[in-house]
Amino acid sequence: MTIPLLSLQGLTKAYPGVVANDHVSFDIGDGEVHALLGENGAGKSTLVKMIYGLIKPDSGTMLMRGQPYAPSEPRAARADGIAMVFQHFSLFDALNVAENIALGMENPPPMGDLAARIREVSENYGLPLDPYRTVGDLSAGERQRVEIIRCLLQDPKLLIMDEPTSVLTPQEVEILFETLKKLRSEGTSILYISHKLEEIRTLCDHATILRLGKNVGECVPAETSARDMAELMVGSALQTPERAGRALGPVALDVTGLSVPSPSEFGTALKNVHLTVRKGEVLGIGGVAGNGQDELLGALSGEITTAADAIKFNGQPIGRLGPTARRKLGVLTAPEERLGHAAAPDMSLTENALLTGSVRENLETRGFLKWSDARVFAERIIKSFDVRTPGPENAARSLSGGNLQKFVIGREVLQNPEVLVVNQPTWGVDAAAAAAIRQAILDLAAQGTAVVCISQDLDELMEISDSFAALNEGRLSTPRPTAGLTVEEIGLMMGGAHGMEVAHV
Amino acid sequence: MIVLEKRPQPSKAWSYATPLVAVVATMVFGGLLFAILGKNPVEAIGTIFWEPLFGEFSFYYRPQLLVKGAPLVLIAIGLSLGFRAGIWNIGAEGQYIMGAIFGAGVGLAFYPLDAWYVFPLMVIAGAFGGWIWAMIPAFLKVRFGTNEILVSLMLVYVAEQFLASVSLGLLKNPEGFGFPGSRNLQSYDAAHNAELIAGSGMHWGVVAAFVSVIFAYVLLNRHMLGFHIRLTGEAPRAAKFAGVNPPRLILFCLGVSGALAGLAGMFEVSGPSGVVSIDFNVGYGFTAIIVAFLGRLHPIGILLAGGLMALTYIGGEIAQSQLGLPAAAIQVFQGMLLFFLLAFDLLTNYRIRAARSEVA
Repeated sequence: MTIPLLSLQGLTKAYPGVVANDHVSFDIGDGEVHALLGENGAGKSTLVKMIYGLIKPDSGTMLMRGQPYAPSEPRAARADGIAMVFQHFSLFDALNVAENIALGMENPPPMGDLAARIREVSENYGLPLDPYRTVGDLSAGERQRVEIIRCLLQDPKLLIMDEPTSVLTPQEVEILFETLKKLRSEGTSILYISHKLEEIRTLCDHATILRLGKNVGECVPAETSARDMAELMVGSALQTPERAGRALGPVALDVTGLSVPSPSEFGTALKNVHLTVRKGEVLGIGGVAGNGQDELLGALSGEITTAADAIKFNGQPIGRLGPTARRKLGVLTAPEERLGHAAAPDMSLTENALLTGSVRENLETRGFLKWSDARVFAERIIKSFDVRTPGPENAARSLSGGNLQKFVIGREVLQNPEVLVVNQPTWGVDAAAAAAIRQAILDLAAQGTAVVCISQDLDELMEISDSFAALNEGRLSTPRPTAGLTVEEIGLMMGGAHGMEVAHV
Repeated sequence: MIVLEKRPQPSKAWSYATPLVAVVATMVFGGLLFAILGKNPVEAIGTIFWEPLFGEFSFYYRPQLLVKGAPLVLIAIGLSLGFRAGIWNIGAEGQYIMGAIFGAGVGLAFYPLDAWYVFPLMVIAGAFGGWIWAMIPAFLKVRFGTNEILVSLMLVYVAEQFLASVSLGLLKNPEGFGFPGSRNLQSYDAAHNAELIAGSGMHWGVVAAFVSVIFAYVLLNRHMLGFHIRLTGEAPRAAKFAGVNPPRLILFCLGVSGALAGLAGMFEVSGPSGVVSIDFNVGYGFTAIIVAFLGRLHPIGILLAGGLMALTYIGGEIAQSQLGLPAAAIQVFQGMLLFFLLAFDLLTNYRIRAARSEVA
């Protein structure tokens, strides 16, 4: 038996409240393109960060060609022939390609020699790139080339690529794949992280699938259907919902043809989103992060205003209304990012209760604040949702993630919303708190609130939602009743195969 | 190795203590500076802090404290609202000049009419002059996303040129024998911002400064708009989520700070200064930035900081004349105050701990 290039044995890494990697083991052979597949939060990033020396495993060992391998920092990993292309580039816009590459080198050669090397390597691997061009003028695909060439100049034995195609056009993807195949033919191994199933089927020799930090299966992608891989990724142990068949009220929230550009540079624009939520219904929206979740929440909260008719509440157009006006009507939201978006970190819980509660909880009279009422409201949230804190005068940042999440969700739930939109309500929250939050959402729905729950946790969505849709590149699939949905159907609704069909058009 | 460790929440005790610690540190290092310059440090520090309040001529200096402190406080209060929200008006000096020109312009237009409404109209014109000057960076920021720091700062120099122009032209005293500068408003009763109690230094600008402190305190602590201002500074995204309209907030904050700076200029030109002249402005608009931060952007703090700053101004002048300290040394001394304040400010949010270095 040949000794693998890199062998991972029982790697474990835990963060407070979550085990990111739980005894993950697999081997990467020479000249192999090895896929690491999993949903967001499955632990892929943590795993490669351990390989690249950015974080240390709690336990477990790594062997490189049979020798113990424990990089203390990325420099050590690079010295051992491991290179990594990150999802987000670290390049200086104002400098040219060669200067950027020189900055990342231990002992950069003279600029002329380096430029010649860059030209040579880039042509060799079919990644044409002018070393003297300013990085600020390059497209996302070209910037990625800079990162790849930066890695190739080290002559790596193992190249780690984190979601490399997320920023590429289909044509660029093809060029990239040619390069990776050429590298493989020269004996370089590649660890390819992705959740796009079709890509993995075309490119990878072997795949390891992670779910909730555990290695849940391995397969040869070319011989496995996208459907089977989706099932492994999502997990076949999805609980069947027990809430099907309840009588639902009239439509409360009606979104028709919603298209909005993303306010952020790296965001995803929403494209022609349609959805309706009835009173008492929970609509679950799945999908991999960065496919328009933040934008959808922003459009529903009123932070992003749209055409008036695109969003209707009880038949009334509300697309042009801001957050305060929507709150007055009863459309409440809880964003994903707790610190800095849902709550102001340095402000007290009383002040944070006031942040969204002022209108509906009657915490102001003609603009003047009723501090004592705000404090009572904050105390009510703390009490009803079991938020662990000495008192409402404490700063939001002093709370743990799970406690703050309970506060943020509780703040909206206690305001008796007509429509509640939550994004990642249980992200980074321990199991007990997550269960409490889900229960609160279900109780709210039972009282007739229309709930939209955006989440990447499919188990969660299956548990609480009546219907399910998936966001993919800013498009929302047609919502379908959760009852009777199979794991394969869900995987295909949110997964790569569907996305690739769109890309090929 | 010494490491800074973020506190789970800001320390209340330190946030009150840092201004005092900063003043003490400034005294120590300022004393050192004066010693290097060959002066007796104890005497120099004593002259700056003691002489104006309790010295032989304090009957003269004490009213001066109000005269110098009032414009600083008035401007700093306005600036602090914007600074709280992360809107940086650096051009209060220009708004101060424009307020003075507008206010004096209205007053001089009525000359020599003796009517009760002349002074109130001047007050409105002064506030308007500062406001409109601040609206330029505000509008450009809202409409085109320009940087308000640069635009407001550049407009200071435009305002200075404008001041020179009107001193030599439009507002020049026709009976001034060709000398630059306007008629003296002090000798035009209807327009004179006279002392309310003779010899106290208390003029309408001082009253306005106190009123602005109360206004800002209520706004920031009791009103939704003030809450939104603080929220925008603390967490802009959360502010947007809470329903803040950022352009409106920019217009409000820059507008208020401009209007207050304009008022300060108007009260100055119609009172202590009396004359629109080329060298009318003496840097109150810039010093007010220090005052705003020294007062930790808190209205009461600004009131105290304005008093302290006025003290170092007057004390500094005494030290210059009595001990022969160079003016630059006094400025360094004032700069130290801000420097130490900002440095010690760190302790509000961080604590210093000795730790062994550890390789990650």
